[in-house]
Amino acid sequence: MADLRSNFVGIKSPNPFWLASAPPTDKEYNVVRAFKAGWGGVVWKTLGEEGPPVVNVNGPRYGAIHGADRRLLGLNNIELITDRPLEINLQEIKKVKREWPDRAMVVSLMVPCEEEPWKKILKQVEDTECDGVELNFGCPHGMSERGMGAAVGQVPEYIEMVARWCKQHSRLPVIVKLTPNITDVRQPARAAFRGGADAVSLINTINSITHVDLDSFSPMPSIDGKGSHGGYCGPAVKPIALSMVSEIARDKETKGKPISAIGGITTWRDAAEFISMSAGNVQVCTAAMTYGFKIVEEMKSGLARWMDDKGYATIEDFRGRAVPNVTDWQYLNLNYIAKAKIDQDACIKCGRCYAACEDTSHQAISNMKDGKRHFEVMDDECVACNLCVEVCPVQNCITMVQQTSGTDARTGKKISKDYANWTQHPNNPMSVKAAE
Amino acid sequence: MAPARTPDIAAKRLPKAQYAANFTDLHPPLNAHEALVESDRCYFCYDAPCMKACPTSIDIPLFIREIQAGNPKSAAKTIFNQNILGGMCARVCPTETLCEEACVREHAEGKPVKIGLLQRYATDQAMADKHPYNRAKSSGKKVAVVGAGPAGLACAHRLSMHGHDVTVFEARKKSGGLNEYGIAAYKSVDDFAAKEVDFVLSIGGIKIENGMALGKKLKLANLQRDYDAVFLGLGLSGVNALGDKNEDADGIEDAVDYISDLRQAKDPSRLKVGRNVVVIGGGMTAIDIAVQSKLLGAENVTVIYRRGAEHMKASPFEQELAQTKGVNIKHWVAPKKVLVKSGSVIGLKCENTSTGEKFEIRADMIFKAIGQSYIDVTGGTIALDQGRIKVDAEKRTSVKGIWAGGDCIAGGKDLTVASVDDGRRAAESIHSFLTA
Repeated sequence: MADLRSNFVGIKSPNPFWLASAPPTDKEYNVVRAFKAGWGGVVWKTLGEEGPPVVNVNGPRYGAIHGADRRLLGLNNIELITDRPLEINLQEIKKVKREWPDRAMVVSLMVPCEEEPWKKILKQVEDTECDGVELNFGCPHGMSERGMGAAVGQVPEYIEMVARWCKQHSRLPVIVKLTPNITDVRQPARAAFRGGADAVSLINTINSITHVDLDSFSPMPSIDGKGSHGGYCGPAVKPIALSMVSEIARDKETKGKPISAIGGITTWRDAAEFISMSAGNVQVCTAAMTYGFKIVEEMKSGLARWMDDKGYATIEDFRGRAVPNVTDWQYLNLNYIAKAKIDQDACIKCGRCYAACEDTSHQAISNMKDGKRHFEVMDDECVACNLCVEVCPVQNCITMVQQTSGTDARTGKKISKDYANWTQHPNNPMSVKAAE
Repeated sequence: MAPARTPDIAAKRLPKAQYAANFTDLHPPLNAHEALVESDRCYFCYDAPCMKACPTSIDIPLFIREIQAGNPKSAAKTIFNQNILGGMCARVCPTETLCEEACVREHAEGKPVKIGLLQRYATDQAMADKHPYNRAKSSGKKVAVVGAGPAGLACAHRLSMHGHDVTVFEARKKSGGLNEYGIAAYKSVDDFAAKEVDFVLSIGGIKIENGMALGKKLKLANLQRDYDAVFLGLGLSGVNALGDKNEDADGIEDAVDYISDLRQAKDPSRLKVGRNVVVIGGGMTAIDIAVQSKLLGAENVTVIYRRGAEHMKASPFEQELAQTKGVNIKHWVAPKKVLVKSGSVIGLKCENTSTGEKFEIRADMIFKAIGQSYIDVTGGTIALDQGRIKVDAEKRTSVKGIWAGGDCIAGGKDLTVASVDDGRRAAESIHSFLTA
């Protein structure tokens, strides 16, 4: 049986599934329920400095995008950091950590961008005997207007500075949580590590307005007829998160540095993908907020079974395996030729592949054979774009089949086994000619 | 054979409350949630097989997508564009042999999208609203439509839409044709047929004269003289005979007449039904009368059909429905002789058509459901084909200025939906003729 134990920057947990800093980790009650359900750790919802508690809106905080059958695909929120008194949070953190010593207890923090407040809160947090801190430089709404959250995360110099303070004033591992609301995620990641951070976690939520109420013309969620952008998360943001994680994983400066992955992780498969992209563990929120804490059971059993099937004894055995395969477009092998193939036994003849190809792509699928409804790929037109695969409602009915010999029916060119990319291509004015 | 006895035919065989339960909607309507869940299942197929299987070619993927997008009234308009009686067709169409049989999800999972129920959901919503069509500017032309059944109503509505003034002549007291008099009671509850007639007429420009049967008060020649065009939607007024010398015995009924009485009965408990009922025939009428006899409290109901289950015009779904209601269907059995005592039916002598074995079935009532025939009321002026009116693809008869559609035409499918299609096509042809 696969060993799911995780050791992330020295923080141990029985499995790599942590609950991200968010409403599910706002108080003892929820966190205890999560631990009972089997979560490996939590990042406690972000604490602010002492003083009058943060105030939240009293209307709706969430908006969402749904797929078929109202499956929640993307969630948006305008909730702020914890609105409970600091002292109560600290007491509860300490109590829960004592009662659940084997689980990871990381505390998320967000205080003004000055050394003293950071110094002060780090001391208080250390007293809880928690395992680490996560610096919330990502929250895109409410706190950012007050010079915190994403306002810090968007300025690499601030990130570096605060990370350095934290390392200076605390013995705890420091994880810097990054905002995706920037142009190049490598810059804040580099800054965090320059400042001495032990790890980065990403992504925080993405600026979003989920929809507009067409009666009131208010953005949703609507508070008294007005709306404000919130932070977007859930399955819809996973591809964005995966790409950003990959950028940091293969950046010269940050390569190999610890990453805690966040962003739409819903099943074991999502988690395995992020870990293969070098994440040391994963943080989950929307999936739990949609289905409850019990989903971690599927994540654990799914990941363990896949690892067993593949012969991976520990997380480390496959961690980062996808990173070397992420490259730039210009290095993709242009001699790799594939053609779509429709499994006629699996085909249910909905014709969506045909509509997609005929209307929007390469007119490479026929819709009739001997006067009957029949969908088939024409190799002499197929550019292997994969659109038909993606629009087909039957999994694995259409597959991409690599052509390894003969000629490409579309181009008439002989299929070559040699690797050749754009940098060497004759059409590229910048191409590097092999020495003659 | 049991000893002779008084035929056991009686009303009020069931407790009062049972009748209401027995004659309630066969398929209860979908609520809004169910409709959304179901509409999400549609794949929006290219050149959709369901649409091709619909005799009125309703754009099914489009109307389902309109429901899914929260726009059931547009969905209804998509339906009505092809089939103004889409409400009744949603209730009575044998969808299991039409659109739903063709649904790719039937192919994929054996569970087609519930097209009929979705159509009902959309049309029910729209029919509660104002009429969805406006008439075109008056053409000054007048058209006579004979028969206020599905074909006549569909024709009249489309003609009125095009700005022509229509007078519908209907032999019976109420309009609707078989929708009013022929459909099984549990398929059209709450007086739906009459409500639908009102809905069709609410476009304006259509006048109905009831009690006007062609060939009696009404002469075809006068209609030709007084109107710019004539449409005949006469239906089938003849009932096929058994050819048995005891055919007039008490207890032998035409199924269509009895169904009509049942449909018009305010209180079904007052209808007399035999304890032992035999139905002769294999079509929808046979199934309808068998099921309804059972629902009225008959103890033993047997359908005999001279050929096999696969040859029955009633769909497998209808046959199964009858069987679950307790009807015994005997295939490969032909009637040989009606057994009579003192002028009343006591049984039916039968023969197994494959083995030649003869046997008797006790019967207090025998229903004839062996088909209906066209009786000419046009004075022989219009050419027939196989005993019904001959028409071309535009539903033009052999006589210029006269169109025909519905069950009275050759090649008629004896389906409400096919009649509606005839009526609409004829109206379009009449419109071209009148505006040429």
